[in-house]
Amino acid sequence: MNGMIKYGYLIPLLPLIGFLINGLGRNFLSKKISSTIGSGVLILSFVCSLLVFNQVTKPGFNTQVLFLFDFIKTAGLDIPFALQFDQLSALFLLIITGIGSLIHIYSAAYMHEETEQHYARYFAYLNLFVFFMLILVLGSSYVTMFIGWEGVGLSSYLLIGYWFSNNNYNNAAKKAFVMNRIGDLGFLLAIFWMLSQFGVITYTGVFAEASTMPLSAITGITLLLFIGAMGKSAQIPLYTWLPDAMAGPTPVSALIHAATMVTAGIYMIARSNIMFSLAPVSQNLVAIIGIATALLAATIALKQNDIKKVLAYSTVSQLGLMFLALGVGSYTAGVFHVMTHAFFKALLFLGAGSVIHAMHHEQDIYKMGGLRKKLPITHITFLIGCLAIAGIPPFAGFFSKDEILTAALEKNVVYYLLGLLTSLMTAFYMFRMYFLTFHGNFRGTEEQYHHVHESPAAMTMPLMVLALLSIVGGWVGIPTVFAEDAHRLSSFLAPVFTGVHHEAKAEHLSHSLELSLMAGVVVLIIVSIFAAKSMFAKEGLTAEKSSSFGKLLENKWYVDELYDKIIVQPINHIASFFSRIIDNKIIDATVNGVGKLVQFSSRQMRLLQSGQVGSYVLIMVVSIIIFFIFQMFWKI
Amino acid sequence: MFAAVDNFPALLIWLPLFGGLFSFFLKNAQQSKTNAIIFSASSLIVVLVSLFFSGKEHFLLNQVSYQWLTSIGSNFGLILDGLTRTMALLTAIVFFLVFLLIPAEQYKDANRFFALMLLTQCGLYGVFMATDALVFYLFWELALIPVYFLASIWGGEKRIRATFKFFIYTFVGSLFMLLAILYMYNKTNGASFSLMSFFNLNNTASEQYWLFFAFFIAFAIKMPLFPLHTWQPEAYEQSPTPVTLVLSSVMVKMGLFGMLRWVLPLFPLAVKYFNTSIIIVASIGIVYASLVAIYQDNIKRLIAYSSIAHIGLMAIGILTFKQIAVEGVLLQMFNHGINIAALWIVAYMIEKQTGITAISQLGGLARRAPVLAIFMVIASLANVALPLTNAFIGEFMIFNGIYQFNWMVAAFAGLSIIFSAVYTLNMIKNVFYGEERTALHSFADIKGVQILVFVVLTALILLVGFYPAPFFKMFSDSVGLILTKYNS
Amino acid sequence: MPINYYIFLSVCLFSIGIVGVLTRRNAIIIFMCIELMLNAVNLLLVAFSRMHHAAAYALDNSTLVGSEAQIFVFFIMVVAAAEVTVGLAIIVMLYRNIHSVDINFLNRLKH
Repeated sequence: MNGMIKYGYLIPLLPLIGFLINGLGRNFLSKKISSTIGSGVLILSFVCSLLVFNQVTKPGFNTQVLFLFDFIKTAGLDIPFALQFDQLSALFLLIITGIGSLIHIYSAAYMHEETEQHYARYFAYLNLFVFFMLILVLGSSYVTMFIGWEGVGLSSYLLIGYWFSNNNYNNAAKKAFVMNRIGDLGFLLAIFWMLSQFGVITYTGVFAEASTMPLSAITGITLLLFIGAMGKSAQIPLYTWLPDAMAGPTPVSALIHAATMVTAGIYMIARSNIMFSLAPVSQNLVAIIGIATALLAATIALKQNDIKKVLAYSTVSQLGLMFLALGVGSYTAGVFHVMTHAFFKALLFLGAGSVIHAMHHEQDIYKMGGLRKKLPITHITFLIGCLAIAGIPPFAGFFSKDEILTAALEKNVVYYLLGLLTSLMTAFYMFRMYFLTFHGNFRGTEEQYHHVHESPAAMTMPLMVLALLSIVGGWVGIPTVFAEDAHRLSSFLAPVFTGVHHEAKAEHLSHSLELSLMAGVVVLIIVSIFAAKSMFAKEGLTAEKSSSFGKLLENKWYVDELYDKIIVQPINHIASFFSRIIDNKIIDATVNGVGKLVQFSSRQMRLLQSGQVGSYVLIMVVSIIIFFIFQMFWKI
Repeated sequence: MFAAVDNFPALLIWLPLFGGLFSFFLKNAQQSKTNAIIFSASSLIVVLVSLFFSGKEHFLLNQVSYQWLTSIGSNFGLILDGLTRTMALLTAIVFFLVFLLIPAEQYKDANRFFALMLLTQCGLYGVFMATDALVFYLFWELALIPVYFLASIWGGEKRIRATFKFFIYTFVGSLFMLLAILYMYNKTNGASFSLMSFFNLNNTASEQYWLFFAFFIAFAIKMPLFPLHTWQPEAYEQSPTPVTLVLSSVMVKMGLFGMLRWVLPLFPLAVKYFNTSIIIVASIGIVYASLVAIYQDNIKRLIAYSSIAHIGLMAIGILTFKQIAVEGVLLQMFNHGINIAALWIVAYMIEKQTGITAISQLGGLARRAPVLAIFMVIASLANVALPLTNAFIGEFMIFNGIYQFNWMVAAFAGLSIIFSAVYTLNMIKNVFYGEERTALHSFADIKGVQILVFVVLTALILLVGFYPAPFFKMFSDSVGLILTKYNS
Repeated sequence: MPINYYIFLSVCLFSIGIVGVLTRRNAIIIFMCIELMLNAVNLLLVAFSRMHHAAAYALDNSTLVGSEAQIFVFFIMVVAAAEVTVGLAIIVMLYRNIHSVDINFLNRLKH
């Protein structure tokens, strides 16, 4: 234990301190102080992360575990509270604290309309989120990960419902929490299974023994873990909370629901790569669910008119691609895409936030248009984001997406084709949104148009930084077709992904095929961008009239309604049935019935008591005589 | 017969008993409140001090056995071990906070109110500390009777019916227990009621079966376990909220504690024989109660059903007789007491100010009472066992034990984790969030001593959730002792 | 005299008492019938006492065996006297309240 890692606990501790200061002092802190504290702790934490990262990149670095204290240690259970520093967690640290800092700075300007109290509350929540997210990636055991896992769910709940006067937002917050909890139950069961199977729960302990365990157990554990990932990372069937989660403030959507929290599922599977690699069934399921989600969400995104909803479905779709990467065994590609996606999706969300801010909380892209002149910086950065997500070289998204597609092709051509289709749709709907927002004529009211203004520097600065990252971020993973050993991320992460079977690499695609496929994909993407341009960059556009299939997409395949019909309503009905019928009419009635029976029988017995002294005496005498007779004949 | 009061158990019994009796003679409401605070505070101090004298070398301070009814072989035996210490701590904290919280003028005849509360506290300490079956039974009833009066004098509209049902129900249950106690008493060598002599009895399997049930019914009604639970929502709804608080935070733990102290050590064969079927019923009960809670509109009934679900989980944990689960249960008994106390205090604050208990008539209180809302959210999160709150540790350990016992039960009972999130968040949403109702404009936030009470509860929630090790140190050995017959 | 005569006499007196209690409605007469039963028992006690004592006396002329029963008789007589006092007082009170000593009116216990 040496260098910065010795003080690694500072990285999560700083946001926690920020949370406490802002949370407790929300009544007396001015906006300036609370935003300074909120962003300041995160920047400090980012600096610490950089130092840690620097140490991790040094040659000859080995995974280090920083033991803090015994969390639960009794009765054969030993769960330490410890932080693990290795390549994977260091990378996530940088993403979380780096993008987190930018978004905190952005928020300081974005949320300026709030009162002091709520402003401080906002930063407190945001800091709390970062704390839990850091615990999630730094934890050295699945339990520690679970602490962060549920913690980020909590902060997400608090931030989605940040404007708590609006009950729709509260419902969205509740939905997010409950759906995450469904996944969490899977995660929890996986933890218990691991505890009973391995007896330990730390990564090192579990992974060391994973290969000696029966396949069924490994498969079961990984499937349960994947259920957890489904909830957190919004995969089929638990994805519907994420679009609703857009109810939160836009910077929150950028940080939590695009860049960091939703990638926790990918982190978890990447972290457990040793187990997943041992369980082909689970891996295939991850890939199938991933590609299905990617495709489904992309189709829905084609028809959404709310700028944040488009981005939300695009996030779901991109997460699906990441799961595809994990499922086909290319963990590096998955994590690589997490990183580049964090850059450009945060950028897009913040850009959308800038647009929404300029438009005074208008989110319908059909009421925008032609904003490129009024919002030049937002426009350029947003375009860069769109190009990055569409996968145009040399923007960041190109490299990571290409790596995923290549890995998918190596595994199964169907994955590749569906992945390609998703990419094309992504390019199409992203540019549909881009053209509708920034090109064509303005479709809002006159008054709105006059008020449109470029956002302050605190908001555009993060945009520019993220735009830069969206351009260069992919250069750490240049595929081997261009240059040998240029994939620095892959070699960096190699110590973590020891579970990957390297022999699979033998059947690599030939370089010429890979290059021609790459070129073909890029051409197709450019074609779909131009298709979007021809359809949506026109003057005088009005909201589309949808065909019946379009309606289906607009209404998100009616999945929400379906869930409502087959899950929510039946549960409510059962609850009311249990409460009204079983509890009141059966169980309680039985209890009361016993009481009534006693009362009834005593009422009958009371008739014996006539009050006539004569009858009492008669009964007495008769009883005595009977007693005597008994005595005489049955010698008792 | 009662010699010097120079040990913790005797102090814990005498302080509230004396304070309670004294309170009857006080005239002034404020005086009786002060009196109650003084006596509960001093018993809290005794408990806290006793935590530092728990070692074997302090044996004499923690265990007493007075000569009592020598003619029938009953000794006034009390012990303060790991199990008891946990529960005594809970009792002391909860009563102290309740006394701090209730305004003296809230209930008329305040002297009697506080007196009965103190007597309840005495009964609870007795139940937790008794090592003699007759003393246990005595305190079991002593804790029940003041509560009956408290609820039926100061309760809600339908209090007579509800408290009558509560009293008869629990009383009938305890008569079975008395029967079993007398049976075992007659079997002991040299007529003794002590736990040790019961423990040394070699009851046959069939004897254990019915003895187990006689005890179990008493405890299951008290907990309460599905389907014996229907007295609870009614009693909770009708009792004055401070009494409800004491009932659900401490008194229902009597049932669980009885399982730990008496049933587990005494009837190992029966526990092993019946646990599967009881666990199945209890796990159905957990999901059932969670679902019923989703439907409730009355905030008090909602908390009641939530409590039934949580207690059911603890009962399952006990019946798995896994060390990890039982330790989890013990910790969770403490945690649940703290969490539900916080929830009840919130309900009390709302009811006191608005007179409303229907969730559908509330809304938007967070704007008027942000501090109360924060505490409510923390208490609710503890109620849904979020990590870093105390309940997570307890439920994690319990579920872990249940999983070792049978993974299907763990998975099924785990559904309650999801449902608990549903009803708890619904409650938060409908009471504190959303549009503010005009009728509630005058709602005032909590202040002063109320905040202090919440701060103490929140601190306990978070501290135990973050660092539970002191608790394990406190009761690990005692739990090992009660499970000795299972490990061989 | 053989003991049988005493037994018969007692049984007769006792039966008369029972029949009186059962058939009469006047509280005072019922009372007297109860006294009759008590005295029937007294008579029997004295008779048996005498018999046992005589048997024991024949063997040992200093013995007191058997004579204890006569203490019972005194005891019963004292209790009976006390009972009469209370009972008559009750009857007087009854008469003041309902102007009758008919026990059929006394069914208040029913309610």
